[in-house]
Amino acid sequence: MSQLQRVLESGGFTVTAEMAPPKGADFGGVLETAKLLAGTVHGINVTDMQSACLKASSLGLCIHLKQAGLEPILQVTGRDRNRMAILADLLSAASFGIDTMLSLTGDHPVVGDCRESKPVYDLDSVGILRMLSKMEQTGCDCGGNPLTGPAPKFFKGAAVTPVYEPMVLQISKLRQKVDAGAQYIQTQGIFDTESLKRFLDAADKADIHVPIMAGIIPLKSAGMAKYMNENVPGIAVPQSQIDALEAAAEEGKRTGVKGLPGKLGCELAAELIGKIKEESLCAGVHIMAIGAEAKIPAILQAAGIG
Amino acid sequence: MIITKKKPPEELFAMLEGVKKVAIVGCASCAASCQTGGEKEIAEMKQILEEKGMEVVATVLPAECCHKLLVKKDTKVLRTCGAEAVVGMACGDGVQTVADNISLPVYPANNTLFLGQVERVGIFHEYCRMCGDCVLGQTGGICPVTRCAKGLVNGPCGGQKNGKCEVDPNNDCAWVLIAKRLTEIGQEQRLFESHADKGYAHAAHPGHLNLREGTK
Repeated sequence: MSQLQRVLESGGFTVTAEMAPPKGADFGGVLETAKLLAGTVHGINVTDMQSACLKASSLGLCIHLKQAGLEPILQVTGRDRNRMAILADLLSAASFGIDTMLSLTGDHPVVGDCRESKPVYDLDSVGILRMLSKMEQTGCDCGGNPLTGPAPKFFKGAAVTPVYEPMVLQISKLRQKVDAGAQYIQTQGIFDTESLKRFLDAADKADIHVPIMAGIIPLKSAGMAKYMNENVPGIAVPQSQIDALEAAAEEGKRTGVKGLPGKLGCELAAELIGKIKEESLCAGVHIMAIGAEAKIPAILQAAGIG
Repeated sequence: MIITKKKPPEELFAMLEGVKKVAIVGCASCAASCQTGGEKEIAEMKQILEEKGMEVVATVLPAECCHKLLVKKDTKVLRTCGAEAVVGMACGDGVQTVADNISLPVYPANNTLFLGQVERVGIFHEYCRMCGDCVLGQTGGICPVTRCAKGLVNGPCGGQKNGKCEVDPNNDCAWVLIAKRLTEIGQEQRLFESHADKGYAHAAHPGHLNLREGTK
């Protein structure tokens, strides 16, 4: 059984971390960082060319992680592969013992770094989940043809954006994701418990009951926060946090101490995680450290976890 | 309507290199409305080609350039006028229909963009991608296959901000429009309905339809 599934079903506070494969064929550095997370997180969620920027495949890093004794979560987007290619990758993943996946629609190629690439979107996040559920139920592929041997079972997840207007569209799509077979949900990065609570309330009112893991992005600087606020849909860093990061940068200049904004970003993340756990707001957290994964154990320790 | 846009003239001149005598075929239907192949545009093209030293030996303006029998009749003159090449000022379908009727090179003057709505004279919007399996009954009459940059049929992605699309902020998010329309017409519950995957078997190209023998 998927480790993520086991921990979520046991009701324990669940933590996953996001990692990106390298933009190249040398996986050494990424694997070293991943090993630092062993024992501190319940799964390592490997991005599938996040932001539509070319990287080695999610499947490739997931295989490396599995072979290193870690628990990979395979992210699958519909951007670059049609249903046949997606299912083929998932069958291969299963053969390596990868049993947990996250279904996403995927950022459009025009927002990424290979803009001439053809967008596929044969299936969206809902369609991918539905295809896998059907395969599990029928033992058949996406064309209705029987597979040799039993169909692999995945613990299947999907994502939501809690800060979204009109909210009915996120809730209705979440409904469809759960109906299509999503067994856990992770959210876009949130920066305060209020926006998370608003979303959780809306899901509750819609009678949607599925473990939800809050997305946590440790901020590195005021500039990063402002950039995300302006450019990343669904991200809303409160002004007070931007001000605090600016003040930390000023203090760093004055005292000659480096890395103060990044340190504050980790503190804010730890504080938020601690609050989510203390108030039992949701099933756990999903940490997107965007290259600063080595800091995750310290963030979790500061949050009183592990 | 099939929306077309003029190619840069240099592109056409490159195709016509070495040609001395040329004929022009326009289209009085869509291309005329798109200002790419009507009477006025044919006259302008004639002048441009003459300035380049070519002799324009015939101009033809069929009522519809995609109608094979009609084009066959209207382009008879091209076989005897001495033209070495034909400039097709229609959509890609029209250019091919002309080429089907004559053993001369036919060069496109236009790029064919999309099937569109005419908002008003000279302003066009793509509204239908001709997917072969219409979902408009579930989406308040707004097509997500066409008007969502990702063609998503089960609701929006997370890439919408203030009702605009991340792919091109000039575009409205189709699903925000759909939610608004469904609410207006009292069908908001449709947002929560799951539908079977529409699939792409209907979208196989080239498409054919024969009302005499049924469809293929």
